[in-house]
Amino acid sequence: MTRPVDAEGLAARFIADEAHESTHDRLVWGMRHNRDMAVAGVPEWEELRELASRIKEHTLAHLDRYLEEFEANATKLGTHVHWARDSEEHNAVVYEILHAHGVKSLTKSKSMLQEECGMTPYLQKRGIEVTESDLGERIQQLDGEPPSHIVVPAIHKLRSDVAALFARDLGTDPTNADPHYLAEAMRQDARPRFMAADAGMTGANFAVAETGGFVVCTNEGNADIGASVPPLHIASIGIEKLIPRARDLGVFIRMLSRSALGSAITQFTSHFHGPRRDGELHVVLVDNTRSDRLGSPDFWHGLKCIRCGACMNTCPVYRRGSGLSYGATYSGPIGVILDPGFDIRKYRELPFHSSLCGSCTEVCPVKIDISDQIYKWRRVVAAKGLLTLTKRVGMRALGTTFAHPALFHAAESVGESAMVHLPRFLLYNSLNPWGKHRELPAAPKQTFRQWYIENRRNP
Amino acid sequence: MSPRDAILAAVRSNLPRPAVPLPAIPGFPENDEPLLPSFRRQLEAMGGRSFEVADGEAARAKVAELFPAAKVVCSAATEVPGARRVEDVGDPHELDDVDVGVVRSPLGVAEAGAVWLTLGELVVSALGVLSQHLVVLLDPASVVATMHDAYGRIDLAASPYGVFMAGPSATGDIEGVIIHGAQGARSLTVLLLAPALG
Repeated sequence: MTRPVDAEGLAARFIADEAHESTHDRLVWGMRHNRDMAVAGVPEWEELRELASRIKEHTLAHLDRYLEEFEANATKLGTHVHWARDSEEHNAVVYEILHAHGVKSLTKSKSMLQEECGMTPYLQKRGIEVTESDLGERIQQLDGEPPSHIVVPAIHKLRSDVAALFARDLGTDPTNADPHYLAEAMRQDARPRFMAADAGMTGANFAVAETGGFVVCTNEGNADIGASVPPLHIASIGIEKLIPRARDLGVFIRMLSRSALGSAITQFTSHFHGPRRDGELHVVLVDNTRSDRLGSPDFWHGLKCIRCGACMNTCPVYRRGSGLSYGATYSGPIGVILDPGFDIRKYRELPFHSSLCGSCTEVCPVKIDISDQIYKWRRVVAAKGLLTLTKRVGMRALGTTFAHPALFHAAESVGESAMVHLPRFLLYNSLNPWGKHRELPAAPKQTFRQWYIENRRNP
Repeated sequence: MSPRDAILAAVRSNLPRPAVPLPAIPGFPENDEPLLPSFRRQLEAMGGRSFEVADGEAARAKVAELFPAAKVVCSAATEVPGARRVEDVGDPHELDDVDVGVVRSPLGVAEAGAVWLTLGELVVSALGVLSQHLVVLLDPASVVATMHDAYGRIDLAASPYGVFMAGPSATGDIEGVIIHGAQGARSLTVLLLAPALG
């Protein structure tokens, strides 16, 4: 049986290091702040959200048709279209193409889907060298860690961590943690790899049914290097990435980077329609549980996600605990609602790794009801009997107390009296995780109910 | 059943209902700001820069002034010949040593500070990302307001590659510090110049 991810324990480990926690919190909140500034500059933002949401819902409700349309148009342009039911099939298809072309090394740009499929270890085991071309992704690859954020994969690391890593792997000066120096060292190390690569691999942010092409958004232009230097380009595309028309891109491109980092657009918004001269283009359309989710009335809206990361940046739990605490491909609020769909036992703790504050739902550019879905996943976890013992006991006690007014009022008064009179060690101990890093507010002299009865009942 | 047919069958049996109609994309009211200054300001916000040049000679002089140490200038634009013509490049690997790439863009987008480039202009797509620095010629009259306008003007399927480039290659992957020249061009310079007639 899969061991469940201990999100709380992983977060606690990250939080224990004050420098990492506070820098992470500041940087991630900075992206949320920049998002707000960018959104304020677009008067029609709410209209765009509604359009984006409806375009996605429409596409998903006719997904079979749009997939066929995409396939037909892509094929007409000379693109080879492959289909994969699951991660194993995806990896096998990719390897087959690479093997047939004698590929020994490839330039890979960021793809959450390829991450989801565990593609890189699969290819490396078969003797293919994979170089991540996004700086943050390459940092994570060298460190043997998965990305901690959809958009900025190494955001949980301090510059000193990167300096130590590059000193070990690239021979840089271990005492120089200047980000400019470190980025330049990576550029110099990566360029010869890019020039020697036999193939380039990318994901896709959008696939357009009407034109048979797809769009990749990056800030480094690294996807373009992988796609334009070697003669072979393979793109992995989740079937939910379809949109009907080229004109729809206007809506999504206007929202994607504003939601992610607060810039009007990514530095590179690249469109691929068929192979270039003397080149070959392959597209792998991947299901991997997406069609199951499509049939779930409670959870199919999660397929609208455009992977901007806004929900992560705004989430108080994510900002403090970092993306690695989710122990999954997708972290943050979107991860909480996507990951249990892949493995409910392994990710049974994730729906509780949330304060249900609802901020994620408010910033989502495609209006996914993220916080509602988190609550619904809690119910699924409970219904499957997967709640941990402490949650079961605690919830039952709470349930009984709330269900009986007399018990509740008694508990209220006892609670207040306890807060005033109990010694500190009884309130702030290891059995009460809420006591860590928190002081309880001063207890009032009477409960609201007592005050109400005295002051309002008999005027 | 083939993976294709299996996936399509699974999708078909799970389509969410009721289906929402595909919305039309309305026009949005434009702000009153003139397009060119807005484009230039936004390009700067994205890390790029722009200059007005009077003619081809001024464009050539500007490139020489901005990149005095450049050994290899590879051009796809008629106004700036360059030591190497991109039309003579047979394989993208030949562009590894390019210091400055020059190309003309047919379209700029004010709200994004972006220029549109396709294989029609680049000839070899790697010119846009392997050049250490990129110079883009743009007719000031070909700037549109929004991404909606831009997508209304271009035919995506007409070129295997098309890119909206907004400033140079950039990264914020180390503690959010913005660095230009992550993997692609280190700088992006737009020279505002109408194409020569004839």
